[in-house]
Amino acid sequence: MKKYLKTHEWAELNGKIATVGISNHAQEQLGDVVYVNLPEVGKTVKAGEVFCSVESVKSASDVYAPVSGKIKEVNKALESTPELINKSAEGDGWIAKIEVSNPKEFDNLLDKDAYDKFVKDSE
Amino acid sequence: MDSYIPHTSQDVNEMLEAIGVKDIDSLFSTIPAEKRIDSIDLPGGMDEFSVLSELRKMAYTNASADKYSYFLGAGIYNHVIPSAISQIVSRGDFYTAYTPYQAEVSQGTLQSLFEFQTMICEITGMGIANASMYDGASALAEAVLMASRYTQKYRALIADTVHPEYVETVKTYVVGPGIKIESISHDETGMVSVKDLRSKIDDKTACVVVQYPNFYGIIEDLKVIKENLGDILFIVVANPISLGILEAPGKLGADIVVGDGQPLGIPMNLGGPAFGFFAIREDQKLVRTMPGRIIGETVDVEGKRGFVMTLQAREQHIRREKATSNICSNHALGTLYASVYLSLLGPEGLKEIGELNLSKSHYLLEKLEETGHFKRVFYGEFFNEFVARTDLDVKKLQKTLFKNKIIGPLDVSRLDKGMQKHLLFCATEANTKEEIDKLISVVEAM
Repeated sequence: MKKYLKTHEWAELNGKIATVGISNHAQEQLGDVVYVNLPEVGKTVKAGEVFCSVESVKSASDVYAPVSGKIKEVNKALESTPELINKSAEGDGWIAKIEVSNPKEFDNLLDKDAYDKFVKDSE
Repeated sequence: MDSYIPHTSQDVNEMLEAIGVKDIDSLFSTIPAEKRIDSIDLPGGMDEFSVLSELRKMAYTNASADKYSYFLGAGIYNHVIPSAISQIVSRGDFYTAYTPYQAEVSQGTLQSLFEFQTMICEITGMGIANASMYDGASALAEAVLMASRYTQKYRALIADTVHPEYVETVKTYVVGPGIKIESISHDETGMVSVKDLRSKIDDKTACVVVQYPNFYGIIEDLKVIKENLGDILFIVVANPISLGILEAPGKLGADIVVGDGQPLGIPMNLGGPAFGFFAIREDQKLVRTMPGRIIGETVDVEGKRGFVMTLQAREQHIRREKATSNICSNHALGTLYASVYLSLLGPEGLKEIGELNLSKSHYLLEKLEETGHFKRVFYGEFFNEFVARTDLDVKKLQKTLFKNKIIGPLDVSRLDKGMQKHLLFCATEANTKEEIDKLISVVEAM
């Protein structure tokens, strides 16, 4: 099940591995994504810290790590086709897979309904 | 002070009355009396005509390249500047030194910068150039910062044949990010010692910097240096006017090419301002760590050719403290000089200028050696500068030359105490054979 952050990232846990990306709402707000500055595989990240950035034609935005852990894999397809994020932010446009060090952190994240409500309220 | 201030006593009184103050002195009453001075010892005011005449007299005592033969280089060079340049750049349509704030409104300015970038790419052999930096030294400093940004490594190796003042500038810029600078020595050819380079490279090294031609005028073997670098970024500081005859650094493995644009049609201006150029090989990841503005070519909604500032997401007005650099401007007027200069010369003209520099400097060295007072120091190939050791008294030589309306070479010991009696000579297309022969006859008469 996908969980969300108020900073518009998502994470989905599968065993010990969390797939993370930016939300469909974030993608809509950014406009055409032209570049993704992918994190390094093997790097350790902390929940709430900047771990990569997504650049659109009008801005470059930091992406915060939803959970702590070690980067196991990055979505190499984004290097040549960053527009995958616009096409499928919460599917093929995933950014990285993190081996989570503390699965309990997931409890702090929002579920889909709560996130949708948060987005609606902040509009 | 009266004669320096345009207000009449009536003006002053009216103003004092309006703000309700008795006299001018009471405006300064908050400054303790003992800290104030009664008057400044200055001569009385002058009319415009007298001021101009006084300033002209002072200006006349300057020794300029118009009135003297000029054999000094070392970073700023005396070249022939076609008169058409000042005519063209002074046109009202062009004459702005600044990138306009609403950039896309000024398509002409953007186009001239775009053409400039294209020309820099052509002469350096690189894929992407920005719209310029402040000068050669700060462009190099930005290149070293960029290399660390890109590689996430914080050690830079700089050849000791790079201009010492450029190295000083780099050292100033890298204090904040904590990049460690180390020097690579040269050998008897005056080129980078490949042996020393190999011994200093390690897996923490972000970049290697060499100058082409280097501070001593010697043409470095870029290809051999590149073969030793692996993933380490190769930064080349180039003299753009030499690139009409020297192989483009981009074709010899350079990742970043920077330099000072002054030789391209810009007067020496007592050392500046000119502009710095900055070019990189075409690489999507590299370009995002590149500093400065970039102008791109595009089409508008009607499909017509147009120009825009591109990749601005790297820049300070969008990325704030995470920007690639805190340069948020460029030297548009300087780049305009260079664009006009290069377009007037064309590739053939730039090649001819290069050949003239080469032959004049070699003629000068030959004649100097014939006097028996000078000996070439480095045996590498050189472009328009070379170092010669002399048995003459350097101060006396410089004085004698100056008396004969000749501005002599750089005393290298001013920058490097270990190089006593070493002189850095420069000869360009602007030096006639007569000038060179005169210099020789003055030396022979000493």
